[in-house]
Amino acid sequence: MARKRYPRPAAFEPGLLREALVGSVLKLDLRRQVQNPVMLLVEVGGILTTATFLVAPTAPTALFTALVSAWLWLTVLFANFAESLSEGRGRARAASLRESRTSVVAHRLRGDAAEDVPSSDLRTGDLVRVGETEVVPGDGDVVKGAAQINEAAVTGESAPVIREAGGDRSAVTGGTTVVAGEIVVRITANPGETFLDRMITMVEGAERRKTPNELALDVLVLSLTAVFLVVVGAIYPVSAYSAAESGTGAAVSLTVLVALFVCLAPTTIAALLPVIGIAGMDRLFRRNVVALSGRAIEAAGDVNVLLLDKTGTITHGNRQAVEFVPVEGVSRAELMEAAFLSSFADETPEGKSIVALVRKKTGAVPECPPDTSFTPFSPQTRMSAAECGGVAYLKGAADAITAKVADLGGRVPPDLTAKVNGIASEGGTPLVAARDSTVLGVIFLKDILKTGIRERFADLRKIGIKTVMITGDNPLTAAAIAAEAGVDDYLAEAKPDEKLRLIREYQDEGYMVAMTGDGTNDAPALAQADVAVAMNSGTQPAREAANIIDLDSDPTKLLEIVEVGKEILMTRGALTTFSIANDVAKYFAIIPAALIAIYPQLAALNIMHLASPGSAILSAVIFNALVILCLIPLALAGVRFRPMPASRLFALNLTVFGLGGVVAPFVGIKVIDMIIAAFLPV
Amino acid sequence: MTIPDPTSDAIALGIFLALLTGTALLLSRYVSGVFAGELSHGPPGRIEEWLFRLVRTDPLREEGWRGYARNMLVFNVVGFLFLFSLLLLQGFLPLNPQGYGAFAPHVALNTAVSFVTNTNWQVYAGETTASYLAQMAGLTVQNFLSAGTGICIALAVMRGITRRTTPLIGNFWVDITRCTLYILLPIAFVASLLLVSQGVVQNFDPYVHADGYGGPQTIAMGPVATQETIKNLGTNGGGFFSANAAHPYENPTALTNLLEIFLILLIPATLPFVFGRMAGTMRQGWAIYAAMLVIFVGALGALYAVELAGNPLVTDLGVAGVSMEGKEVRFGLGGTALFTTATTATSCGAVNAMFDSLTPLGGMVPLLLMLLGEVVFGGVGSGFYTFVGFMVLSVFVAGLMIGRTPEFLGKKIDVPEMRMAVVTVLAPGVLVVVLSAVSLLVPGALSAMLNPGPHGLSELVYAFASMSNNNGSAFGGLDGSSPYYAVAGSLAMAVGRFVPAVAMLALAGSMAQKKRVPPGPGTLPTSSATFVLWTVLVILIVGVLTFFPLFATGPIAEHLIMIEGGTT
Repeated sequence: MARKRYPRPAAFEPGLLREALVGSVLKLDLRRQVQNPVMLLVEVGGILTTATFLVAPTAPTALFTALVSAWLWLTVLFANFAESLSEGRGRARAASLRESRTSVVAHRLRGDAAEDVPSSDLRTGDLVRVGETEVVPGDGDVVKGAAQINEAAVTGESAPVIREAGGDRSAVTGGTTVVAGEIVVRITANPGETFLDRMITMVEGAERRKTPNELALDVLVLSLTAVFLVVVGAIYPVSAYSAAESGTGAAVSLTVLVALFVCLAPTTIAALLPVIGIAGMDRLFRRNVVALSGRAIEAAGDVNVLLLDKTGTITHGNRQAVEFVPVEGVSRAELMEAAFLSSFADETPEGKSIVALVRKKTGAVPECPPDTSFTPFSPQTRMSAAECGGVAYLKGAADAITAKVADLGGRVPPDLTAKVNGIASEGGTPLVAARDSTVLGVIFLKDILKTGIRERFADLRKIGIKTVMITGDNPLTAAAIAAEAGVDDYLAEAKPDEKLRLIREYQDEGYMVAMTGDGTNDAPALAQADVAVAMNSGTQPAREAANIIDLDSDPTKLLEIVEVGKEILMTRGALTTFSIANDVAKYFAIIPAALIAIYPQLAALNIMHLASPGSAILSAVIFNALVILCLIPLALAGVRFRPMPASRLFALNLTVFGLGGVVAPFVGIKVIDMIIAAFLPV
Repeated sequence: MTIPDPTSDAIALGIFLALLTGTALLLSRYVSGVFAGELSHGPPGRIEEWLFRLVRTDPLREEGWRGYARNMLVFNVVGFLFLFSLLLLQGFLPLNPQGYGAFAPHVALNTAVSFVTNTNWQVYAGETTASYLAQMAGLTVQNFLSAGTGICIALAVMRGITRRTTPLIGNFWVDITRCTLYILLPIAFVASLLLVSQGVVQNFDPYVHADGYGGPQTIAMGPVATQETIKNLGTNGGGFFSANAAHPYENPTALTNLLEIFLILLIPATLPFVFGRMAGTMRQGWAIYAAMLVIFVGALGALYAVELAGNPLVTDLGVAGVSMEGKEVRFGLGGTALFTTATTATSCGAVNAMFDSLTPLGGMVPLLLMLLGEVVFGGVGSGFYTFVGFMVLSVFVAGLMIGRTPEFLGKKIDVPEMRMAVVTVLAPGVLVVVLSAVSLLVPGALSAMLNPGPHGLSELVYAFASMSNNNGSAFGGLDGSSPYYAVAGSLAMAVGRFVPAVAMLALAGSMAQKKRVPPGPGTLPTSSATFVLWTVLVILIVGVLTFFPLFATGPIAEHLIMIEGGTT
């Protein structure tokens, strides 16, 4: 199957890079910087030191002031660059989506007559006819007919899908192309509000609102910045007083104060905070998942209950034959022959799997006599049959076959019930096969688990996420499959209202619930869930109710969405810790340098043995700027989530980013200082 | 004098802390019972009922945080007005054998704010300005009530965190009544008797005139013991006498010294366990207690070590051993270091030594303990709720690092909680930095310094650190009685007390309404050793980042100059 993934732009692809460089200069506009107050303050600091330099370009400290100013501007530019780069990547993806949104001609139906109008004129409720090779002009529901549709424009999936009136496969998306058939579509979205439009808006990050978690982190970052502003401001009178009392030195200069403030302020996290969220959405999009709000992804990181549909998520959609169990007095070969013949014309996946299993077990290819006539499986009779040489072979649900056999005057073998129940209690589906009025035995059909699903659930349990399997099966079968798959709980014979009730129950206990769904009857439960993932193949109501859409319609995606949600939060936490831990070393670089003229004894605090006060301060400023640049790839890629208990994960990240954050600047500042000392007389 | 023996001092400390921990554990059971209303049946219940009828409150009607905060503020404003008037009018009132006149208005203002806010910063000298009535009905009463206020707020915060989906966090009138009647009064009563047995005075006699060594002396008298116990028990710290607990009538023996330290630490050490009981997880109580203990023992060890090392300049003069200038020989280094650490680790502020005479780094230890926000046991109540503010910050960053929206005991930390926690944690520090810097710019404010230069800066910062964090101990050296310091100090005390208090009540109100997410392997255990360590680091980092420049220009510069052999 050909599958087009969205191209993955490299972090520093030339075109995007150029765009980001231009963007970072444009963002210097103070009115735009207001959105990021920390960087605004850095820029104001840069303006102040530049002014200091311009006022006295020949002062002995002019070179130092000029260099500090230059690096302050670079600090702001690096932050702008990071943001521009992530926005550019979003825009690039949005552009690829937008290509499919170009206006097309729609055949709007007025009564029986059709009139051609541009798709931008369509309004909710309009009926349009879409013929073969035409593009669907807007989001809607198929109300008449059926068609094969290529949805590659939206999903990247080139294999066409069937869309037909009624049922759960009636939704069509604007921009997709009808390959075969003709349909009448009722438009469900006005121009600019279509599914595609919403996706483009989200991917572009144009209407990105800060998530509650970002706002809470903002509170921390901004208050720390305010405190450092006060602390640095206080150094002026304190140093003026100390200089006056000690009789040497002078109050700390404006340039040094600005440098100290910029180094202390949590510039690393402030610069990269906007990037982290956008990059997270981008990573999801690369996996063909579109989140309709940033909040939904972060909520995914918090999920502690996952409701998963059995079929498609935990098991492959279809049950398969795995064993033949003859009743007493019947040989396995007899049973297999009956199973084979009765299933030969059964087009259901179950029937096909029986034929395949017989072929596998006998090693030969049994043939049907040419005079055979078949009765295919039907939901009404719940059996399929074949007749050859006057003998009837039957296969079907246990109660249907026993009833039929009894009708024909046959007798139900005493051990049948036990064998049927045995298979059911193992999570299998028993089908009974008979020849005329003689029951031969039971065919064991089984749900086949997706490979690796058990390990996946074990990982989830390790990180505290409870999995609940939702199935229409009877409790006995459900319990067996639940045990085999290793889910924590199951809801058998599930009806839509029971799903809704289950979600509410969990939520009342304080759990965050995620679920996937595609049918219209899933919509209420999706709307109730904290994280609701709708399959793109699902109905319009399901997609409306969801806050995340999976373009691949792959229910196991939920697990990846949870990981990305966690990665976004972890990256924020890691960079915040790193940013604040850095301050320790910066203090040791700048404070002795700033005050050494007043108290020469403070040289003892210069534990890094930096060459001179000037190079010490400059090194700290340069380190502070470069660290932003160096961490852009991490902010884009996210801190990788590893499934392990929270306490271990915390200890790990605390060591890497906390301890690392303390040590790294000591090394970095020292290295930069050595380079400066070798080349510059500051 | 006794030669300090670190080993035996360490053993003594170990025994002392074991005793403290055991008593705190036992007391926590009693305290949580008191606030749950378990004592309100039977005879004590009748006093309670009478008081509730008096203030027209229904003991069963609880309030949200706004109501709780409003009642708390009203109660404190009334207390302030009463004390302020009493200090101005004491000359016309009885129990004034020395015939003292009114306090100067700015001194009365500072003193009234000081005692209402549980700071007990003293710009007046008790025995030479205050009548017995002012000491008893004014200062001692506020010693009880300000301590009670702190405990009530802490309890309301505990309720907010442990309850779920309710806006109610308690009834202030009920809490303050029960706290005073069943907790503070009985303990103070017993402890007062113990102090009297050791020689602490308790009378209304006029001062005694005696012909002592070197000329005639006036020996101050008064109802000392009753004030002394609540001064320590309520981490108030305002001494009856100017010399505070260094005065032999306040703290006569090594035994009373230990008893007073014990009283200072008792309630602050109990509250984490009360919280553990209310949260249904004693482990959480132990975790908070452990975090406090780590900083406490660390600070005590540091102070002991630098004082043991002494001042090389003094050693060069031929004086061997620990510098005892400013310390009482009857307590020795161990007793002094423990008292000093205890009084500044809690927001008590009683002193049994003169901090101005500690070595520069030794003086930095009590300063740092206050600047960390008074959370190492902390003031009664205030220490606990400020610590919770720090925990919310720690939980927030730690929670992010494990990839979850942060939660504390199952409650999500959102924007309102962060805002309140940040205000609680950072407001006192900002206040210290701003007021210290402003004082360096105000004409005339500098002349109050006894020792200009780095030591003077320490004195100045210490004064504002002490007032903003409601400690009340004085470094000495700075004359804080001028109108400028009295008024600036009143501002520092009031803001430092009530801004965090109201912020934490708001936090409690917001937390109470939340659902509680059940803990699991994916939730961050806030009672693990890693988390305890992390919280300690957050407290230290916030403190150090805020005050490093002031330390560098104050005690650190002084220390470096001293070891180089210079003087400032």
